[in-house]
Amino acid sequence: MAHDAAADAALSPLQQVAGDFSADKNAFSVPWGKAMMWIFLLSDTFIFTCFLTSYMNVRMSTTTPWPFPSEVFALHMFGQDIPLILIAIMTFVLITSSGTMAMAVNYGYRRHKRNTVLLMVATAALGATFVSMQAFEWTKLIMEGARPWENPWGAPQFGSAFFMITGFHGLHVSAGVIYLLVVANRVRKGFYDKRGSYEMVEIAGLYWHFVDLVWVFIFAFFYLW
Amino acid sequence: MSQAEGQQHPIKIYLWIWLLLFVLSTFSYLVDYYHLQGYLRWSLIIVFMLLKAGFIVAIFMHMAWERLALKFAILLPPLCLLILIGFMAVEGDYTFFTRGAAFLH
Repeated sequence: MAHDAAADAALSPLQQVAGDFSADKNAFSVPWGKAMMWIFLLSDTFIFTCFLTSYMNVRMSTTTPWPFPSEVFALHMFGQDIPLILIAIMTFVLITSSGTMAMAVNYGYRRHKRNTVLLMVATAALGATFVSMQAFEWTKLIMEGARPWENPWGAPQFGSAFFMITGFHGLHVSAGVIYLLVVANRVRKGFYDKRGSYEMVEIAGLYWHFVDLVWVFIFAFFYLW
Repeated sequence: MSQAEGQQHPIKIYLWIWLLLFVLSTFSYLVDYYHLQGYLRWSLIIVFMLLKAGFIVAIFMHMAWERLALKFAILLPPLCLLILIGFMAVEGDYTFFTRGAAFLH
């Protein structure tokens, strides 16, 4: 940007904000694609909050007891029921994929193509693992009689909230896996070398971290509450 | 651009945050595993959740290194959602009350 870095540093943070928004230049000193991804993620935040808020509303207003997630999502392993174990593993898988993605972005900016591609493919593989485990969880619950309108454990609203929230999140993960593979393939073919910038890798990373971020809230409010 | 090329930070910081997220997730899982109940359970869940969310946004998504203009534009609007959550909590409470009253009569 044309603005003088030394003069900028002399301003207070709020004066910097005022300057960024009012001066005759781009408001955000980031590539436009990154600003737009952030704005998309902001809108997605509103969508997921609406889902979680409606879940809160039906859970507060139901007169039948809410199913106990700790037991509903328990798995029978090693001769005993372990509460929430599949969900815990899914959480660790998604966090790990976030870690590999953060490193992929880093290697991209260092122009280390091989590591960038490998780490992005690893991220996509972990994402696919997550979706597979979610498919397993859905299958198990459906076999046990969970439906969007009824379930054997308690309040019928449980099913609609569960399928809506985890389904929409799983859709985001699936889309993210495809998105990451497309970008990784472009890195491999040298598309971003020609363009002279690896910011697309960081933008894809933003989306992926957001998917992980949403899961943090779903894990806390839906599975642990 | 404000940075030479995008966001470049030592790999080490990502590994530390990764480890930290693992530890925090383990803690939140243990909250359930040891059947903590009531306000202790809810406050621990929320504390671990907010810490995890904060580290993901600040470090993995690089928000900590962005200019304040972008931070304001992205992080302030979601505060409106607190109003929605508040309204819906009041509404849920009221619906529960009216349902209870309807069943009594």
